[in-house]
Amino acid sequence: MKPAAFDYVIADSIDMAVVSLADGGGDAKIIAGGQSLVPMLNFRLLRPSILVDINRVGGLAFIEEAGKNIRIGALTRHFQLETSPVIARHLPILACAMTHVAHLAIRNRGTIGGSLAHADPAAELPMMALLLDAELHIASATGKRTIAACDFFLDALTVDLAGGDIVIEVVVPRLPLKTGWGFEEVARRSGDFALAAAAVTLTVSAGVIAQARIALTGVGPTALRIAAAEALLVGHVLDAGLTARVIDAVRAAIEPNTDLHASSDYRRHLAGVLAGRAVAAAWRRANASDA
Amino acid sequence: MSKTRKITVTVNGAVCRRDVEPRLLLADFLRGELGLTGTHVGCEHGVCGACTVIVEGDSIRSCLMFAVQTDGCRVETVEGLAAPGKMNALQAAFHEHHALQCGFCTPGILMTATDMLKKYPLENDDAIREGLSGNLCRCTGYEHIVAAIRAVKAKAAAKT
Repeated sequence: MKPAAFDYVIADSIDMAVVSLADGGGDAKIIAGGQSLVPMLNFRLLRPSILVDINRVGGLAFIEEAGKNIRIGALTRHFQLETSPVIARHLPILACAMTHVAHLAIRNRGTIGGSLAHADPAAELPMMALLLDAELHIASATGKRTIAACDFFLDALTVDLAGGDIVIEVVVPRLPLKTGWGFEEVARRSGDFALAAAAVTLTVSAGVIAQARIALTGVGPTALRIAAAEALLVGHVLDAGLTARVIDAVRAAIEPNTDLHASSDYRRHLAGVLAGRAVAAAWRRANASDA
Repeated sequence: MSKTRKITVTVNGAVCRRDVEPRLLLADFLRGELGLTGTHVGCEHGVCGACTVIVEGDSIRSCLMFAVQTDGCRVETVEGLAAPGKMNALQAAFHEHHALQCGFCTPGILMTATDMLKKYPLENDDAIREGLSGNLCRCTGYEHIVAAIRAVKAKAAAKT
């Protein structure tokens, strides 16, 4: 349970980090919070020859308002998101989601960019990035690019990052006015990865749902948006019948795995229950908000 | 063996200079290099919480951080909570409430509790339990640990 030997580079800038990655020729890894990477190193599931530490790169840990968006630096720790007044005000569902991520000691260290790049199929942040239509900013030796969250997550632990790429920032649009949210998760133990989790936002206009977003995690190789269920909600008032149809649509859209922790059928059932509760909570909040 | 690096770390107020391999985990550095065996090593993958220490004011898993990453940092371990033979308020509450049996998890829980008392309002037992959920104790059933932390919280509240 000790890592294999590696060389260690402290990057003091993004430029230095991408050059060090490129020099590693595909065998170098970025270490940020290390809360997913170091267990894999300890188990020797990964044996990179070089670790490029970006923890001392300045200007990568921030949460700031920028017009209609909230900009979040890749080195921002989970605990900062959990407790940021800016997030509490403009993206309260994101603060709620962070309380489900592992434990304080992990949230103190784990980073936003790291969690998104790692893309665990049952993690909260990839689901939140999809739900909130986030955009990721990525740096490499050849320049910068941006990519929508919906194009970023490709498969379990697989994202659209080449060997020399680093996530440097996440841009999340603020919730629109009159928007309510719901977040529901079931895990075996507090802080474990989700057996299933659902996150919902509903924007209400003239008494009916104008925009609906439903995302799930833990029920497929990546987090998912459930467009068929979202479409059912738009233009309507939420009632028990509609909630039941949304739950059916969620269950029809997913094909969860069976594993040691839960069967596929159980996960499918659970995802429906959680989505139903999250939709109901979002509807309540949307109608209670004066904003 | 990879190239070693010189690091300077302030551990419980004492400046320590060592040459370390980059792969040396902070937990093994504290125990093996500095002889601070109060930090315990359980699962070595971040699950059990036994190795929790405080780096730059934040509780972290010392099995998920490399010693080389703490160059220039302040590290607090259970040995730093009070002078030898003395106990701070949290340790005294653990003693008073019988919040430990075998004691293996205790250093990690003390360091976790130190951080959570600082960062969260811990307005009820549910919040204390949530804060403890990342630290495994196989003896106590947690009841007395919750009671000890509740008592520290109440004492601090009475003072303010």
